[in-house]
Amino acid sequence: MPVITSSKSQPSYDVVIVGSGAGGGQMAYTLTLAGLKCVMLEAGRDYDPVRETPMFQRPDQAPLRGVATPDKNFGFFDSTVDGGWQVPGEPYTQASEKKEEQFHWWRPRMLGGRTNHWGRISLRNGPYDFKPRSRDGLGFDWPFTYAEVDPYYTRAEMLVGVYGTNSGMENTPDSPAGVLLPPPKGRIAELVAQKYGKKLGIPFMPIHRAVLTRPLDWQTLPAKLHPNNPFAQRIVQDAMRARAACFWATDCGRGCSIGANYQSTTVHLPPALATGNLDIIANAHAREVLLNSEGKATGVLYVDKTTGKEMRVSGRVVVLAASSGETVRILLNSQGGKGIANSSGLVGKYIMDTVGTSVGGQIPMLENCPPHNEDGAGGGHFYSPWWLYQEQAAGRMDFPRGYHIELGGSRHMPSGGNPVPDDFIQGAYGTKLKEEARRYYGSFVGYSCRGDMIPNENSFCELDPEVKDKWGIPVLRWHWKWSQHELNQVAHARKTFTELIESMGGTVRKPKSNDPLEYIEPGGKVIHEVGGAIMGEDAKRSVCNRWNQTWDVKNLFICDGAPFASNADKNPTLTIMALAWRAGDYLIEEARRGNL
Amino acid sequence: MTESDRPRLSRRDVFKWFAATAAAMATSEAELFAAGPLAPAGTSSSVSATGYGTDPDLTRQYNPGDVWPLTLDASQTALLAALCDVILPADSFGPAASTLGIPGFIDEWISAPYPVQQGDRPLVLEGIVWMEAESQKRFQKSFAKLDDTGQGAICDDICNPASARPEFKQAARFFLKVRSLSMGAYFSTPAGWQAIGYVGNTPSATFDGPPLEVLQRLGVEQTVL
Repeated sequence: MPVITSSKSQPSYDVVIVGSGAGGGQMAYTLTLAGLKCVMLEAGRDYDPVRETPMFQRPDQAPLRGVATPDKNFGFFDSTVDGGWQVPGEPYTQASEKKEEQFHWWRPRMLGGRTNHWGRISLRNGPYDFKPRSRDGLGFDWPFTYAEVDPYYTRAEMLVGVYGTNSGMENTPDSPAGVLLPPPKGRIAELVAQKYGKKLGIPFMPIHRAVLTRPLDWQTLPAKLHPNNPFAQRIVQDAMRARAACFWATDCGRGCSIGANYQSTTVHLPPALATGNLDIIANAHAREVLLNSEGKATGVLYVDKTTGKEMRVSGRVVVLAASSGETVRILLNSQGGKGIANSSGLVGKYIMDTVGTSVGGQIPMLENCPPHNEDGAGGGHFYSPWWLYQEQAAGRMDFPRGYHIELGGSRHMPSGGNPVPDDFIQGAYGTKLKEEARRYYGSFVGYSCRGDMIPNENSFCELDPEVKDKWGIPVLRWHWKWSQHELNQVAHARKTFTELIESMGGTVRKPKSNDPLEYIEPGGKVIHEVGGAIMGEDAKRSVCNRWNQTWDVKNLFICDGAPFASNADKNPTLTIMALAWRAGDYLIEEARRGNL
Repeated sequence: MTESDRPRLSRRDVFKWFAATAAAMATSEAELFAAGPLAPAGTSSSVSATGYGTDPDLTRQYNPGDVWPLTLDASQTALLAALCDVILPADSFGPAASTLGIPGFIDEWISAPYPVQQGDRPLVLEGIVWMEAESQKRFQKSFAKLDDTGQGAICDDICNPASARPEFKQAARFFLKVRSLSMGAYFSTPAGWQAIGYVGNTPSATFDGPPLEVLQRLGVEQTVL
């Protein structure tokens, strides 16, 4: 079975999966290796990273030197195709005209979804992150502990390959020995930040990213991942051997034709397809989950975008993994707009993003640095986990949740934009200008806050009562509001980054505003949208149970970020994979018992 | 990541510049600025082409003019090439800007059907007219044909918006725009990489981190062993 058109689909499948990113990809992997027949619907086109990734293409080979445009929001070479902040013909609306109350919704329309261009940062939630309400009385607890997810984090790390180190730090879990791949060496701006950060108590250290710093151990990992399943072991072994280790060049955001980093299209989908148990229908824009008279899901109604016709695909189980927003849209539009899985009234509620703000600086000691190659692993090598849990516990902070710091220097490939801000080189031209460019290149640094957002009543999405997309499907309307928790958090981050830059003798690039509401990244801009179908212990106060299974429709599972009951500072992708794997194992067992 | 501050120019700004510059000039030159029949073809026209879309082929090589039509004629291009070469000349760091296709890039830029680029278009087109008029006024010669001294005399007056005399303030914005675009384009070529000190985009079996010389210079040690 392969990537097919809708007319070639089978009369019925075991499982219909909507979405092909981290959640859908993991689900397809887990289920097909266990022998279940699956069909995957992807709203975008088929996409082949091996053939389509611009690996060594240079900016001077691209239109406009590859700078970002409304057609390619993250630059010409970004892997995202047919999507972005706006998708033609598929609008979304805002409930408020105030910009701080708006949500920016990133929607790729391609096989593999956001996993093709994502930052590959793969952090485990810690024990606190699953029980935040028990700690500080805010938000919601998840219906399980860290210990229950721990084995699935380990499996996900072994399958996708994650580099990093074990820090032993509070609420920053270690992986079992031998699971993480070796971290890459520090770049100069990272090592300088580490030295000066230490004086301020900020522990910069190797980050965890899904990039192979050496080939995967294909001889032993498949048996650990799939004990007693020789079929799965053989297929996973082949899939692991097909991935090469990083060759220390090119930005991961372009995707990776050699499979050195994780994207669903190079890691999850090839083995799933190799089982012969997966059909993928591209250009399939899901509209509704179909229910029978007993309230069980029977399949999915979708628009075949190539013909504009409505089609149905049947399955014994339906998995939604379309991204929080899309999953909410499908749930609310089901049963002709009456909605499903919504007896709690919470579908669409508690949408969260990661809290973001950034401070840039210029560091004189990094000027005129001897040229050397810092491409590295195509993304960050270092970060700092949140380091002030004890200060918060002691009541000395004015915000309850943490943030981690991502950092970057600037000795990367100059990519179309002017590498030196105009104010550093006032009046210069000629050879003097080139001297100045060489002097300042690599001396700019940036620090980003990536923080925990607490779910609130004012951040949610619902169906717009009037606006429909080009297929006639009601679209989402977004509501957004930051609470003082997040605003105090970014204020702390800004103060911290300013101190750090100044401690290095550097100058902060002053942002225009001192109002946290102005310098916090707008909702959705970090592209970590989670929530909207949160999980919990109580069917009245949650949409999903502890197995990502909806309370109301037993054979309906949600395996993207929508079931997240909180949004830790840790980037959500690894948790999406771990929970999808866990839910997949449960689904297989329940199906065997005839409970679905 | 640090992004340069790229001033975005609105149409209204251009009209203000237009008015200010025109007031400071003799009538004959001012007429060159009028968006009427005396303005060269393309000066005031907008772009109607479409962009490359949301799903372009990312792996092929593109040249200016491949996706949308260009704007500049031979004399405008010659002036721009001369200006780019004043800004980024041939020297020990690398070749002159014009040999790296920078004028063609700027033409591609101002011809692009996107808001940022459309915002820059009037400034660049009107600036080219201003440069030529200024050169004719001072030296009775095209800017492209001036010697280094002549080109330098004009550029010195407009190279710094902060210190430029009032009558040159708006021309200085044009200079800054061309400088910024030229730098972005120049340093994103292999020759430009060498000039600025970027090393990379080449596969390697290992990543060794900064060399010892660099570690010592910054007084740090490699902490990942």
